[in-house]
Amino acid sequence: MRRKRRNWLPYLLSLPALLVTIWILIPFFTAVYYSMMRYRLSLPHLKGFVWFDNYLQFLTDARFWYTVQVSLTYTVLTVVIELVLGLGIAILLQRSTRFNNLAAMLLLLPLMVAPALAALMWKLMTNPNFGILNYFVSLIGFSDFRWASDPSSALFTVILVDVWVYTPFIMVLLLAGLRSLPKQPFEAAALDGVPKTFVFFRITLPMLMPYILTASLFRMLESIQQFDIIYAMTQGGPGNTLTVFQVESYLQFFQFTNVGRSAALLMVLWAITFFLSNVFVKNWLRLRERAHGVEAE
Amino acid sequence: MHHTTTGEKILRGVLITLALVFFLFPIFWILLMSFQTNAQILRIPPSLFFEPTLINYTSLITGELQTAAGSLKLEFMHNLWNSVILSTGSVLISLLLGVPAAYAFARYKFRFSEDIAFTLLSFKFAPPLLVLLPLTLYFQAIGLANTYIGLIWVYQLITLPLILWIVRGYFEDISPDIEHAYRIAGHSWAKTFMKISIPLARPGIAAAGLLSFIFAWNNFVFALVLASADKQPVTVGALAFVTASGIQYGQIAAAVVISITPTLALALFAQRYLVEGLSLGAVKG
Repeated sequence: MRRKRRNWLPYLLSLPALLVTIWILIPFFTAVYYSMMRYRLSLPHLKGFVWFDNYLQFLTDARFWYTVQVSLTYTVLTVVIELVLGLGIAILLQRSTRFNNLAAMLLLLPLMVAPALAALMWKLMTNPNFGILNYFVSLIGFSDFRWASDPSSALFTVILVDVWVYTPFIMVLLLAGLRSLPKQPFEAAALDGVPKTFVFFRITLPMLMPYILTASLFRMLESIQQFDIIYAMTQGGPGNTLTVFQVESYLQFFQFTNVGRSAALLMVLWAITFFLSNVFVKNWLRLRERAHGVEAE
Repeated sequence: MHHTTTGEKILRGVLITLALVFFLFPIFWILLMSFQTNAQILRIPPSLFFEPTLINYTSLITGELQTAAGSLKLEFMHNLWNSVILSTGSVLISLLLGVPAAYAFARYKFRFSEDIAFTLLSFKFAPPLLVLLPLTLYFQAIGLANTYIGLIWVYQLITLPLILWIVRGYFEDISPDIEHAYRIAGHSWAKTFMKISIPLARPGIAAAGLLSFIFAWNNFVFALVLASADKQPVTVGALAFVTASGIQYGQIAAAVVISITPTLALALFAQRYLVEGLSLGAVKG
């Protein structure tokens, strides 16, 4: 009785969830197909299958390489800054005192703000007419700092918003990691009078590495796909300064109505995220196994 | 930690204060701005002292804005209502579908179980526009364009993997022995699931529900691409204010405050579950 039941019950339980989400493969394969087509909504008579032409065109296309460059710059800078700040704050709050726990709770709040709305908040704070941040920087000598509307500071501004939203993510993960580390090595080091910098680089950092790796891979995965903050802040502008992958493909689709090119761009991004997510899932499983003590395949 | 000097303590305090200022100031400042008139907002230098006004909130709530050029209609309450429907609907459906699936993945090793679980997880990591853009064309064709049902269906891609993987971790932490004992006492599988398994995993289910609600509420790109004005949530609606003519800055700030209050409140309320949820169970909070 029980043996027989075991055969179909798990399928019955998991199938509805799968059925409701598996249709995503239809638009996915549609995108694969579009990426191999010359397909502009404005020039319907040119529509046709061109195999890998869209991809081959990328090789010599400066606008494509600019997208690659600005996406990678954005990803590397946000993840590195967030990692350094998040680790620093986590170390400051490591001891579980009432003040530290209250601070950790408050520092989590930006992560709960919708990224698009966070960009809107920073837009209000950097408005040329009344922005409080314009006022602050004017006090230190930058009287006409134009933030996101100046090509030379636009990337800096959206990175700032990203850092504001997502540093708390790294911070809470590393804080939980730090607090779960075994106490003995630290006590032994303190007894022996080992210098603190040595303890940090030779004990804390290596033991924390799995957490650092998981947190930064997860952030990389999101950062290379960032859309909300950049679109809400400048819609990819000024000019094409901030045309990262998803923003550029959005513009290609809706503004230039170039469906083929937009789909090919997203396929390139998908290949990158597919690779990153595989690395991420491996690390994540290892950590999850440790946290739950369950065996995972 | 035994040799903390006073200097170190002060340095620590200063650095933590700096972090708090950087991360909390924007929320604080937008909150202040939401209680100011345009004239007060445009003052230079800015001042912390002003006579607070509720005009921004009342005009958002009543949907009427009196300006020199006449009366302006604001649809913000409608956006708020859309956010409530989309987020709540998505989370409820995800719980209904995700909790049994999570139980199956936690309790049974069956053919393709890990493949199915990882396929569901991988939806969380793919670039959303990759499926959203072709979907705009399909949704027109099958009549789901600009419907709550269509949007809630797509929102499952955000909420369902999250609920599935968090709740799975909780079920795995609960020993199956209690269930076995209840079964041996002669109860059906369904009754055991409802009376024993679900109540035991309730904290995890609640945490997963709250977290996926936050993600659904904060989503922007799904509705930006698939919804037209009357189905847009607050994230898209508040952003549209920036380019709307006649809108006052205080109203944008008030709209932001109203839009972020539910998620901030939930976060404070559910804080002890957040860490585990955010890492999909990889880190214990």
